[in-house]
Amino acid sequence: MLNAAQIEALSRLARIQLDARETAALVTQLGEILNLVERMNAVATDGVEPLAHPLEIDSRRRADEITEQDQRANLQHGAPATEAGYYLVPRVIE
Amino acid sequence: MRSVFPATLKGLAAGLARGDFTSVDLTQHYLARIAALDPRLNSFISVYPERALAAAAGADAARARGANGPLLGIPYANKDIFCAAGTRTSCASRMLDSFIAPYDATVVERLTAAGMVMSGKTNMDEFAMGSSNETSYYGPTRNPWNLDCVPGGSSGGSAAAVAARLAPAATGTDTGGSIRLPAAFCGISGIKPTYGRVSRYGMIAFASSLDQGGPMALSAEDLALMLNAMCGFDGRDSTSAPRADEDFTRELDAPLRGLRIGLPREFFDAALDPAVGSCLEQALAVLRRLGAECREISLASTAYAIPAYYILSSAECSSNLSRYDGVRFGHRCADPANLEDLYTRSRAEGFGAEVKRRILVGTYALSAGYYAAYYAKAQRLRRLIKEDFQAAFADVDLIAGPTAPSVAFRLGQKAADPVQMYLSDIYTTAVNLAGLPAASIPAGFVNELPVGLQLIGNYFSEAKVLNVAHRFQGETDWHQHTPSWIGST
Amino acid sequence: MQWEPVIGLEIHVQLATVSKIFSGASTKYGTAPNTQACAIDLGLPGVLPVVNARAIEMAILFGLAINARIASSSVFARKNYFYPDLPKGYQISQYEHPIVADGYLDLPRADGSLKRISIRRAHLEEDAGKSVHDLFPGATGVDLNRAGTPLLEVVSEPDLATALEAVQYMRAIHTLVRFIGICDGNMQEGSFRCDANVSVRPVGSEALGTRAEIKNLNSFRFIERAINYEIERQTELLENGRNVVQETRLYDPDRDETRSMRNKEDAHDYRYFPDPDLLPIRINTDEINAARARLPELPASRRIRYVSEFGLSEEDADSLSGERTVCEYFEALAQACGDPTQAANWVVGELFAAVRREGIDFSAVRVGPAALAQLLLRIRGRTISNTTAKLLFKVMWNGWDGTVDELIAGSDLQQVSDTDEISKLIAAVIADSPQQVAQYRAGKEKIFGYFVGQVMRRSGGKADPQQLNVLLKSALSVRDN
Repeated sequence: MLNAAQIEALSRLARIQLDARETAALVTQLGEILNLVERMNAVATDGVEPLAHPLEIDSRRRADEITEQDQRANLQHGAPATEAGYYLVPRVIE
Repeated sequence: MRSVFPATLKGLAAGLARGDFTSVDLTQHYLARIAALDPRLNSFISVYPERALAAAAGADAARARGANGPLLGIPYANKDIFCAAGTRTSCASRMLDSFIAPYDATVVERLTAAGMVMSGKTNMDEFAMGSSNETSYYGPTRNPWNLDCVPGGSSGGSAAAVAARLAPAATGTDTGGSIRLPAAFCGISGIKPTYGRVSRYGMIAFASSLDQGGPMALSAEDLALMLNAMCGFDGRDSTSAPRADEDFTRELDAPLRGLRIGLPREFFDAALDPAVGSCLEQALAVLRRLGAECREISLASTAYAIPAYYILSSAECSSNLSRYDGVRFGHRCADPANLEDLYTRSRAEGFGAEVKRRILVGTYALSAGYYAAYYAKAQRLRRLIKEDFQAAFADVDLIAGPTAPSVAFRLGQKAADPVQMYLSDIYTTAVNLAGLPAASIPAGFVNELPVGLQLIGNYFSEAKVLNVAHRFQGETDWHQHTPSWIGST
Repeated sequence: MQWEPVIGLEIHVQLATVSKIFSGASTKYGTAPNTQACAIDLGLPGVLPVVNARAIEMAILFGLAINARIASSSVFARKNYFYPDLPKGYQISQYEHPIVADGYLDLPRADGSLKRISIRRAHLEEDAGKSVHDLFPGATGVDLNRAGTPLLEVVSEPDLATALEAVQYMRAIHTLVRFIGICDGNMQEGSFRCDANVSVRPVGSEALGTRAEIKNLNSFRFIERAINYEIERQTELLENGRNVVQETRLYDPDRDETRSMRNKEDAHDYRYFPDPDLLPIRINTDEINAARARLPELPASRRIRYVSEFGLSEEDADSLSGERTVCEYFEALAQACGDPTQAANWVVGELFAAVRREGIDFSAVRVGPAALAQLLLRIRGRTISNTTAKLLFKVMWNGWDGTVDELIAGSDLQQVSDTDEISKLIAAVIADSPQQVAQYRAGKEKIFGYFVGQVMRRSGGKADPQQLNVLLKSALSVRDN
């Protein structure tokens, strides 16, 4: 079970604003989902190597070559805010 | 409406080759059907008549110059998860409502190269997260067999469009059953290939180690034809399987004599609707008549597939969806007060409830102190599940079972209960965890709603899966039924 | 109480690939914002990473150069956090399974003994973009050209005891990565930068104190000053019975102090997990052996050999061993002329001076080791004096295209000391070179060598160099009205 404070901490980590109603609903829903998930604990998995990928093959590597040219105009076409080629966000103070 | 057009890709290719009709005729026909029928189904998010007709004219011109090919000039509907340059690619999310893809997905590139004509982009669960198509920002798609029922998800728009003959074939993606479940609910055929067969480049990621694109169509033979065009090694996808191209139609007619089919005990359990179970019994009888022998097998670890799947897919999605931050593309909230406000409000407004739930579950599963209990545990179960399948395939050539525990449920029936919704996928997620190929084909009706038979093959044995499906369809006509209200094609 | 600092460095080595670590966009520095940020670098929906083979090769070379273990299987992981210059909301890095682990570097102490600095790991990762805070009113601009540039992060154990030692270690890594050709070492452009972990503990204590991490140090001077400031700050806190807070600090070179970076609301929880878009990198022994075969003899080994085998001074050995082009030149010269000491003197003397004077890279020296060896052999054979040889060297530097013996024969060693004749030649050269004269008179004094070369050439190498120098200087200083 996760309480409201934990849900809020997760929402901060995931950068998703939640209102009180959403948080309350999530306490129940995530609780049920985690109950479902807890079923995993019925199986002993000691000594089992985690499987990250269904096909256990090696990484391919690409040659060190420039294949991409400047696409800025095309790629910034639908961007929310740009100026002088930069993407703009509210001022960040470091 | 004209009714001279054959239903299948195979039939359409023959008609085009004979000159019975042109690609422009065909494209106009499907566009007209979309305009007439889709308002009741909501299976398309975007339709591109001009673009489609131009592509069709191009295909006709190519044919006039002597070009040929089994898919040349045939329209298809594209799940709105595949980027197609110049078209909105929304993933059925408000987040990407304004996103115009600046490039083509490899799948789109390949289908275009095969001469196929994209008529539009189909509805889906938001970011492919859902089993009912109800999480779409653009509203739910309805099941052509019963407009009060869901089409299944997440490729519900593609399945409904094909079932209602708004397109002869469509693309889908399958992360935990998203091709097979809607194929079953809508009475069409669909195959999720082996992980790595179809390039994921340009296919918007939900859970990268599980996502796999595949075709949805009216017959196993059509699946093979479309799979031929969709599959192939792609250097832009690190997880693309380095294998030579193959012809998936090559074994379609092979006899089934001696074929060993495994029936997992765990797939014929209490969760399975008995009416669906008896449909499957009859379907298995057909396969036996064709010479296959069925035997019971056990895939014990698959009982844990759903929890393992939800942890792994949610963990991957929580990270994959971090790029939607309102900075470079997609939805940005109005007047952000500061950077945090920009992030948290853009994401709160851009994502729907199910997507948020999964991001939060995934964030939790990866967070400090919980990784081992959730993520690593699920990865270990994933290996046990894979090993179960591998052991089974030492003794059988194919595994058969239900695609879903029931037929399509009613809209809204499970929408408020995430866990009940997730359990729609109990027979499909294990296949994604293992990365195996699996098809769903029509195998009867319960309450006038279609039942799906799931056929699971060993790695890279799509040709065998399609062979069995094709022979089954040679003996049955479930795949030829159409909902009465849609009219004939 | 006596306190001792404990320092560890995380050095970010930008790998000298032409394209990015996971995309085919250029890594060129200094282009217009976002013109080198392709769809993959921007993290557009649907894009996927494919790893650059050269970056892996470079990591292996580095691993071998620090006597480390090269992982037979290493894994890319995602480090999840939100920041505008991090396009995907995660950085692709390596976490549990880095490509390089357990290496070391030996630093020479003043007494000639060696101090071993252990290197815990070196892992591959992608760089982030840049945020610009002062260009737009009320807004931060984001330039993602640098996003996806390959980095090798080299993490030392906390084995460094002083700021000076930290600088020495960082210099040694700097020399090494340039020597093996995996980094251009340009610190102004950020190709080589480091974070320093600094803590302080009572002398004799085994336990480590609470550490602060100083971010983004990009000059040797700043590293030393930042670490020293930090040691003082922490010592003072502890002396006053207060605690050091574990935090990230930024060094401000203008004020010469470190200050706390705004504490992030949520403590860092990076939620590392294996990147599902990438598969493990497998490296077999064949690949490692092939890399080992390509690895040159390293500076440390050469330095020791120059002293023990060639009998050079520590100082000369040091200045000859740090750069690949220099030591290759020196060794070729020593081999060809048969006298390493003489070779060393000439490289450290004449060649370094010429390179400095012209502001060029050593790789652009204009007299090859074979030709210079001929000259040195003639000195040893007493055909010419060392002084003459230096003058002839200048002729050669300025473009003599014959052999050394032709140069000497041309001069017959019958040095022309006829003032009139030399003056005539000088006048002719001055008349023919108005542009160069103007430049010289405008203050570009290094062009003097050009006139020397021209007069020497016209005299067939016979002009008495000393006389030539004097006459030329006075001729050039005379301004015609």
